[in-house]
Amino acid sequence: MDCEQAIHRVYEYLDGELTMWRRRAITRHLDECPPCADGFVFEVELRRVIVSKCHEEVPPELKAKIAKALGLDSVS
Amino acid sequence: MADPATFADQAMPFMSALYAAALRMTRNPSDAEDLVQETYLRAYRGFEGFREGTNLKAWLYKILTNTFINQYRAKKRRPDQVDLDDVEEFYLFRRLGGLEAAGATRTAESEVLDALPDDEVKQALEALPEQFRMAVILADIEGFSYKEIAEILDVPIGTVMSRIHRGRKQLQKRLFDFAQERNLAPRVGSTTGS
Repeated sequence: MDCEQAIHRVYEYLDGELTMWRRRAITRHLDECPPCADGFVFEVELRRVIVSKCHEEVPPELKAKIAKALGLDSVS
Repeated sequence: MADPATFADQAMPFMSALYAAALRMTRNPSDAEDLVQETYLRAYRGFEGFREGTNLKAWLYKILTNTFINQYRAKKRRPDQVDLDDVEEFYLFRRLGGLEAAGATRTAESEVLDALPDDEVKQALEALPEQFRMAVILADIEGFSYKEIAEILDVPIGTVMSRIHRGRKQLQKRLFDFAQERNLAPRVGSTTGS
């Protein structure tokens, strides 16, 4: 496993979509290659930032409207 | 008839996630509200057909995306059939100076991300062509597996993978452009490192 091969699979690795064998091969590479490991960490970090910066609060009126439409007492 | 209380208990907690996804898809708060409301009404009416023990969240997202595709996309005359440029892996990391022997400190790249305003990250995501945007939202924001996304979007897993991967890389490209505009990142062509 070289850097190029590991980086090529970065998304499948981080998404947990690889076979155990492939996963282990990449993990071994990352243990031995700090620059690649930093890159993988960066991808994880990027995803965390996207999730936190795209957070939205539901407008209370919408919540109330849906609760009402479903025949529920207002949901707080 | 579906039991309102059961439906509420199970489905209401997903509202803020569904609303955020609806906003990214419609790019408009009033359309997003309508889309979420319509999703809940359809889900409620179809709740009887929902099999206990299957994934309620994935089912709600399937209704949300179908409703979006059928109603909101119909407004658009020309659906985007964009062919994205192929962007390399680690696009952003490389350009922020990662992978360089004499690169910046380990956390410098992450600091750039934190410095990007929320609105620009949202804009970068919303700027993705629709098919890619939906796949990236489902994978990155909601954490669905490729298989679940394939079922939600009704496309093969290979297509899901390609949309997620290309969408993410394109997103990195846009984030890099924003970072450059804010002077958080080196200009293309200039050398990095300190």
